[in-house]
Amino acid sequence: MTAFIVRRIASTFVVMAVVGILVFLLLHLSPGDPAAIIAGDNATPAQIDEIRKRLGLDDPLPVQFVRWAGGVLQGDLGVSIFSNDPVLTLIKQRAEPTIALASTTLVFAIILAISAGVLAAWKAGGVVDRAVMGLSVLAFSVPVFVVGYALVYVFAIKLQWLPVQGYKPIGEGVLPWARHLVLPTIALGLAYIALIARITRTSMLDVLAEDYIRTARAKGVSTPPLLLKHALKNAGVPIVTVIGIGVALLIGGVVITETVFNIPGMGRLVVDAIAKRDYPIIQGVVLMFSGVYVIVNLAVDIIYTFIDPRIRY
Amino acid sequence: MTMEAAAKPGVGRTSWRFLRRNPTLVFGSLILLAMVVVAIIAPLISADPLLMQPINRLKPPSAEFWLGTDALGRDVFARTIYGAQVSLLVGFAVAAIAMGAGLAIGLLAGYFRIVEAIIMRFLDGVMAIPAILLAIALVSLTGASVLVVIIAISIPETPRVVRLVRAVVLSVRERPYVEAAIAGGAPTWKVLIRHILPPTIPPLIVQATYICASAILVEAALSFLGAGVPPEIPTWGNMISSSRLYVGLAPWTVFWPGLALAIVVLAVNLVGDGLRDRLDPRIARRM
Repeated sequence: MTAFIVRRIASTFVVMAVVGILVFLLLHLSPGDPAAIIAGDNATPAQIDEIRKRLGLDDPLPVQFVRWAGGVLQGDLGVSIFSNDPVLTLIKQRAEPTIALASTTLVFAIILAISAGVLAAWKAGGVVDRAVMGLSVLAFSVPVFVVGYALVYVFAIKLQWLPVQGYKPIGEGVLPWARHLVLPTIALGLAYIALIARITRTSMLDVLAEDYIRTARAKGVSTPPLLLKHALKNAGVPIVTVIGIGVALLIGGVVITETVFNIPGMGRLVVDAIAKRDYPIIQGVVLMFSGVYVIVNLAVDIIYTFIDPRIRY
Repeated sequence: MTMEAAAKPGVGRTSWRFLRRNPTLVFGSLILLAMVVVAIIAPLISADPLLMQPINRLKPPSAEFWLGTDALGRDVFARTIYGAQVSLLVGFAVAAIAMGAGLAIGLLAGYFRIVEAIIMRFLDGVMAIPAILLAIALVSLTGASVLVVIIAISIPETPRVVRLVRAVVLSVRERPYVEAAIAGGAPTWKVLIRHILPPTIPPLIVQATYICASAILVEAALSFLGAGVPPEIPTWGNMISSSRLYVGLAPWTVFWPGLALAIVVLAVNLVGDGLRDRLDPRIARRM
């Protein structure tokens, strides 16, 4: 098992290296002069030259890559072209709202989705099952920002139960913090819930058809422990996989949700950077989010071996 | 199957039976077809989507403006109809490109072991970058145009197809009929196209519909975030984005494009589910 974990971590480094090369090359593969792209449409040739010199864009590509990658490994993601602040500092300033939103969504989605999936599988073909399956197709089809504005319209503008937008740091009180996160969490979580609920149902159906479940039932194990202890634990591997893969969905959704609800997180940072073509910020945030995704999936693969000791790689 | 057992059913009866067996496929296809027709005949059935009438700003739905007007006095009905053009074009184009590129790369990666290792590591890297972020980065660097948006969405979608094709190829490669073809002296390209390609097609078609749905959603998100097609082309995403300050004041400016978007994606997903049930009954029973 240790050998497996070591191998898995090594392959994570390979993937991150490829991500690094891709993110670095993005700027250089695009048609046109990178310095001119960074300088924007109204730059004078002198300004473009200045940028080229400052970023060392005249050096050969491998030299530039080694310099850039060396900086990244030491936590230097470059400097914002617009504000001259280090990108890592900007990301740190914006991290709290994003982490808050992502973690409330994860907890809310996993609890709700697994309960719904287990109930649907238990009474397959019943009302709950049909509702879960029908709603999940719907949740896959309605984009995050449409759900977001629908929620804002009903619960914030018409009923006035919750704030329209914005974010309050948790340091300013838990209640205002939570009130600001309710609608964004629901908007962001819906598609993720649908994804996890479906795989939970499918995986549970497979397990519930197995002989040992019938044996357990015959021995008189009552339904709740049968579903949760006997079945869910064995249905866990595909569910955990999808929770990991779905994090990509969550990251994409965070960027949009923060725009809808005007939450000053990392998603807003990157969206504002697009408008200003602040390339180092885009590069830094893409790298950061990809890193999170890769590490989550590394963790998932390691968790497997604990859930299901049969797994040997 | 039992189709043949029935003694020469009439056309009406056959199609009724098809509808009853594949309700999602038929229902989804009909909605999608209607949307395609609307997108094509948009100039015939709606007003100018770009015409600004400042005097008619944020007017609620009326006989003159069926779905109301937006903050610049533009007809929401016309813009919603025209919005279907970009969405469907991007959806279909991305599905076609991702399918073509993914099929070619997947066949090579599945069949030639030397290519496999390099390509798969590279694609793992592409897949580790969240699709929307990769598309945002590509569009913001290259400049906004419909073609750039199509390519930027196709790049993160293609690895999914490659993985699928490769998995099928790996399982087919060792089958006796493939070995027989190789032993019989068939050239490699013939083995690939005649014997390995066909079993990849059914799952590929199902995957293509899901890619189409996902591409439509990503396009809308890009337009919404201001990293999509040029703003003068009406899309559902940029309609919602430009009206978002008026959700409370003029909900119709956000509601209709949002509804149109949801209906199209739902229709494509239903077609995908229907095709999956028909083409791959093994998965169908489980999902």
